Amino acid sequence: MAVPLIYNVRSLRARWASTVVAVLGIAGTVGVFVAMLSLARGFEATLIASGSPRNAIVRRAGATSEMDSSVVLDQIRVIEDAPGIERGAGGALVSPEVVVVAAFPLKGRGTEGNAQVRGVSPKALAVRPTVKIVAGRFFQPGLTELVVGRNVAGAYDGIDLGKTLRFGGATWVVVGVFDSGGTAFDSEIWCDTTVLNQVFQRPQALFQSATARLSSPEALNGFKDALTSDPRVTVQVDREVDYYAKQSRQLTTLITVLGTIIAVVMGIGAVFGALNTMYSAVAERSREIATLRALGFGSGSIVLSFVAESLCIALVGGVLGCVVVLPLNGLTTGTINWQTFSHLAFAFQITPLLLTWGIAFALLMGLVGGVPPAVRAARARIAAALREL
Amino acid sequence: MVQIDGRAAGESLVRARGLGKTYQRGGEEIHVLQGLNLDVDAGEFIAFMGPSGSGKTTLLNLLGGLDVPSEGSVTVAGDEITRMSARKLTTWRARHVGFVFQMYNLIPVLTAFQNVELPLLLTGLSKAERRRHVETALTVVGLADRMRHYPRQLSGGQEQRVGIARAIVADPTFLLCDEPTGDLDRKSADEVLDLLGRLAGEHGKTILMVTHDPLAAERAHVVLHLEKGVLVDTVTAGRAR
Repeated sequence: MAVPLIYNVRSLRARWASTVVAVLGIAGTVGVFVAMLSLARGFEATLIASGSPRNAIVRRAGATSEMDSSVVLDQIRVIEDAPGIERGAGGALVSPEVVVVAAFPLKGRGTEGNAQVRGVSPKALAVRPTVKIVAGRFFQPGLTELVVGRNVAGAYDGIDLGKTLRFGGATWVVVGVFDSGGTAFDSEIWCDTTVLNQVFQRPQALFQSATARLSSPEALNGFKDALTSDPRVTVQVDREVDYYAKQSRQLTTLITVLGTIIAVVMGIGAVFGALNTMYSAVAERSREIATLRALGFGSGSIVLSFVAESLCIALVGGVLGCVVVLPLNGLTTGTINWQTFSHLAFAFQITPLLLTWGIAFALLMGLVGGVPPAVRAARARIAAALREL
Repeated sequence: MVQIDGRAAGESLVRARGLGKTYQRGGEEIHVLQGLNLDVDAGEFIAFMGPSGSGKTTLLNLLGGLDVPSEGSVTVAGDEITRMSARKLTTWRARHVGFVFQMYNLIPVLTAFQNVELPLLLTGLSKAERRRHVETALTVVGLADRMRHYPRQLSGGQEQRVGIARAIVADPTFLLCDEPTGDLDRKSADEVLDLLGRLAGEHGKTILMVTHDPLAAERAHVVLHLEKGVLVDTVTAGRAR
């Protein structure tokens, strides 16, 4: 039979000062751990949500992103005729697109940030039905008009509805604001592809990608097979979701690895805190432990009891760490998307899974910090310890 | 009946043969107990007296399975405990020994009730049965009205009575008391000794007690003197009888 848990809980309360120190150490570590993972998760989720399972993105074969891709007009025609494409009143729902990066002053920072300017087809809203105009209107084809993602107005100075701005040698008017539901598009500026090519003096028949709306998610394979086996085009076809997931991988991995390294380093400190607390608990209570063993509680029960005590500290620390970082959930921040070299706004995402990871990490620290003192407690000579003051 | 010559006929409750304990200290061997023989029958109340360092507590620890002898054997109720593994010895202690300590050794964060309940957690008793046993034990020591008190809320004498309740609650084969009155004033000490006397006299408990206090020893049926690790003589006391 195990030593009653109430013994450990009350002992922790009786030695509250050292308990609080250990709890705070673990709480801080778990807080950083969860915050870093939620940062990575938020970045990943923002990019992945940008893609639709019903959309396919077509790029030059071998291109790693839209930035180093090219698709010519003749290829666009072949894409429009490919099987599996959704067709609307204006024909095949395909948006040939170009992407440039332009620098704009960041709000409240005194520096400039790169915004991704995407030239899209007038069919772009039909190709991406989750994108809604929430203020103003969509641009008119052929005009230097812009519609901006809802995060753009908040991130840059002077890019608000009705304002004019200069970039690429032209003067543009912001005629609308769109909301893509918290995806990467919310950090983009959209305009007419043809106009963007003209302003940046690019060939009119050259695009960087084409996004196609499929008749169903299952239509991708037929569409892909048709294009990749067609000798007139040398393209690669990805489901839009997969493309953005791939884009997020590098930075997500970096944030996760860095976050884990920081958490592990902090965790080592927290483990030493827990070790210190538990070793002093064992030292202060050596006579109590010896008494319990004299009464007939076995070494296993004693180890279990002190590990449970350490886990109690860890659990409280873990829960506290999670609670402290919970307000970060949904908080918008931004970073450079390394694939497009442009600023991307995204929100911290604290999911139940991340909180579970945080608690598990805390319990791991509690276990590592609890076992050695618990083993010492169980190994001490009973007869000697009974007479200790 | 208590004998120290190793010639007892029949099966005694506690039997020690050739018991020795040697410690190493700084390369020097210290013989705390040497070739000690002891036979104690059930129901005896024995006091061990002797100067500091004579081996009284060491003997108690060996008889209670808290320490292992360097030589010799201890047999209790037919079980040779000196041959038991540590795990088996732990289980044996829970079943057969009730310890009473000089400093009471109560768990400060547990109430009197919870302290007394500890040995019962190692039995298969239900919660209701445990409660009944604890209440009975605390009633026997006269502290039924202090069940919810923490040790810090009790006097030294009361703490020791809780310690005795804890020692008897699982109805062990014998009680081992290490200086049970060593930290008490005379009045509290007398109350504790009265209690031990009643346990031996009315409840037939076998009690082995180490003490420096002649008044405490007087309560025992038999007083055994230890000197330099050897039992030197037996004195029949008698107040408790």
